[in-house]
Amino acid sequence: MLDVSDLAVSFGEQSVVSSVDFSVDRGSLVGLVGPNGAGKTTVLRAVKGTLNPDTGTVRVDGEPISDRSAKAVSRLVASTPQGTSLSFDFSVRQTVEMGRTPHLGRFDRMDDGDRSAVETAMERASVAKFADRPFTSLSGGERQRVLLARALAQETPVLLLDEPTANLDINHAVRTLELVRTLVGDGKTAIAAIHDLNLAARYCDKLVLLAGGGICAAGRPADVLTSDTLRDAFDAETLVTTQPGTDAPLVTPLADRETVDRRIHVVGTGKPAASAVSTLVGAGCRVSVGVVPAGDAAAERSRDLDCEAVTVPAFAGIDDAARERAVELAQAADAVVIAGETGDGNSPVVRAGGTCLAVETDESDYTSTTHDTVPLAALPASVASLPPASERDATLPLNQSTTD
Amino acid sequence: MRFAGRTVGWSSGLVAVLCAVVTTSAGIGPVWIPPAVVGKVLLNAVVVPTGISVSGPAVDVTTAHVFSYAVSDLQTQIVMQVRLPRILLGAVVGFSLAAAGTIMQGIFRNPMADPSIIGVSSGAAVGAVGFIVAPVVIPFGLGLRGAAFVGALVAAFGVYLIATRNGRTPVATLLLAGVAIQTFLGAVVSFLLLHSGESIRRALYWLMGHLKGASWPEVTSSVVLVAVPFVVLLAYARDLNVMLLGEEDAQSLGIEVERTKRVLLALSAVITAAGVAVAGIVGFVGLIVPHVMRLLVGPDHRILLPTAALAGASFLVATDTLARSGSAEVPVGIVTAVLGAPFFLYLLRKREVHEL
Repeated sequence: MLDVSDLAVSFGEQSVVSSVDFSVDRGSLVGLVGPNGAGKTTVLRAVKGTLNPDTGTVRVDGEPISDRSAKAVSRLVASTPQGTSLSFDFSVRQTVEMGRTPHLGRFDRMDDGDRSAVETAMERASVAKFADRPFTSLSGGERQRVLLARALAQETPVLLLDEPTANLDINHAVRTLELVRTLVGDGKTAIAAIHDLNLAARYCDKLVLLAGGGICAAGRPADVLTSDTLRDAFDAETLVTTQPGTDAPLVTPLADRETVDRRIHVVGTGKPAASAVSTLVGAGCRVSVGVVPAGDAAAERSRDLDCEAVTVPAFAGIDDAARERAVELAQAADAVVIAGETGDGNSPVVRAGGTCLAVETDESDYTSTTHDTVPLAALPASVASLPPASERDATLPLNQSTTD
Repeated sequence: MRFAGRTVGWSSGLVAVLCAVVTTSAGIGPVWIPPAVVGKVLLNAVVVPTGISVSGPAVDVTTAHVFSYAVSDLQTQIVMQVRLPRILLGAVVGFSLAAAGTIMQGIFRNPMADPSIIGVSSGAAVGAVGFIVAPVVIPFGLGLRGAAFVGALVAAFGVYLIATRNGRTPVATLLLAGVAIQTFLGAVVSFLLLHSGESIRRALYWLMGHLKGASWPEVTSSVVLVAVPFVVLLAYARDLNVMLLGEEDAQSLGIEVERTKRVLLALSAVITAAGVAVAGIVGFVGLIVPHVMRLLVGPDHRILLPTAALAGASFLVATDTLARSGSAEVPVGIVTAVLGAPFFLYLLRKREVHEL
């Protein structure tokens, strides 16, 4: 339906994007993602024909967009800008009615068809309830929905959305993208520049990751959003897991601080242990877990985060093989962290580790007299302050004498 | 057709106001003529064509007067020959300035824009003052008016050319080029005035804007010059609405932005030039009238353009009546500024101008 080939755009001497190639099938939604200034908006502008590219062509239905008149393009491609500067007090309805311009000749008046298109568009973008208010009195998010309504009123087969959710609350962000999905399901073709990677991953059929003046990766969200490509594109460390309820990738940016280079073994179950695992992985630690019952939150979390977890079937008790493996991991670790209920049979694992910390929990009956207790938030710093296992060996006897 | 009804309603209301203002104004002067008598004089002047006879190349239209009220010849003379040309010229000038101001505010998306923003008035001033100081022969006997008209169009076209690059004319560049050219032409006018000697009074009088000495041929030619472009502008009213969204949005809604801008600029330059050429520089009409009408009827140009133009006509006729009814006549440009500026400031204070 829409093909972009070998697109290059520069502003003056400054090249913005080059060698951009991608295509969008009819009835699909493609997300343009990438860091600020990567050229998402520029590509959209080239696609709608308001910017002349240095090279390359944009084809809609096989015909280059540059060969068509503005009017012809506006019947094929509707777009919502990132913002608009409407300086006079048009009402919301009047603003949406402007979306009918492509379908009206100079001397035509709006007929019933035009009016119902406007009403439908306002309903769908949920702006009908303030149809008669002045556009300038609306909040940023409301304006954005009005602009979406205007684009819908154009009734075009192709829809371009530039940051359609940037100013929206989570409810309207999701509703807007659900609406786009519905429209795409009805056969429309859509491209959306979205900076929220998780929304993009959840709603787009395909992502095009722009970075460094070109396409960095393109394909299914799960293939594009990996820690490696995101590091290249955004120069940021991220944790990629799976969004609950869908199989779309979930990107969690990690704070850009010094990573804690420690190997930690977590003993415990339930939410406290799962949180401890997330926090430690987020801080850059290599984490192992166990022994935990299979299906426990801590086990699930470790699987999501690619950490080794020693599991046993639920309610089965800890067998020797599992205990042995856990003890090995604990011994190899720089520290053992206790979080939540450890369950019986894990005490050899706890003892096997040299240094031991406990995480404060709400129901802290375990929180111990025997171990230092730290709040979850302070865990990475506490772990970082411990000596690594290699240095600890020298002090081992002393340590043991105090713990026993 | 709620909307069309509103346009027609407002327009007919304003036409009625204009008729009332014209009738009253025609009665005011050294000799007071009651509005009823003026009305009869005006009705007596109404003719309808009754037949057309073609003899060779000449087409002869016979007309007949519809009304024949008994009015004294003197009163008819005063109304038809002395006062009416000036009043109608005032109406045309007010109409043109308000229409052009509306268009300019739309193109520049700025309620502070006025018709002379692209240098039209300054160009006209150079033409007119240059002609007064050093008369040149202009064909067709256009004289001062012709020089002003040509100067206005040359200046506007110059500003347009300076601001245009690769076929695109960004309004910000246009605005700044307009300011620069206005300043430059202002200096030229000052220089001409320094060397104007005896004729400085006439030149200053022109610069202040006045309607004195209007004649029927001037009325006819300026009506033609204003009416034709105005009708085309009306056809572009919806495009201008969409242009208010910003040029990029307008283009994605199917407006050929650069072409539309060219058409709108050219036509409003012609309209302004036609007004300024006959009346000199009359300020504030093109700024305030569109502004006030926007508050009354809203920003939609399909209703704003005709109503602002009609209101501008009434406004200038009324202010010119004030200008000529004192013991000594003052240029109407002074009256519009004296009335307009405080009113504008009042609007500014009362309704904050948001988002220029």
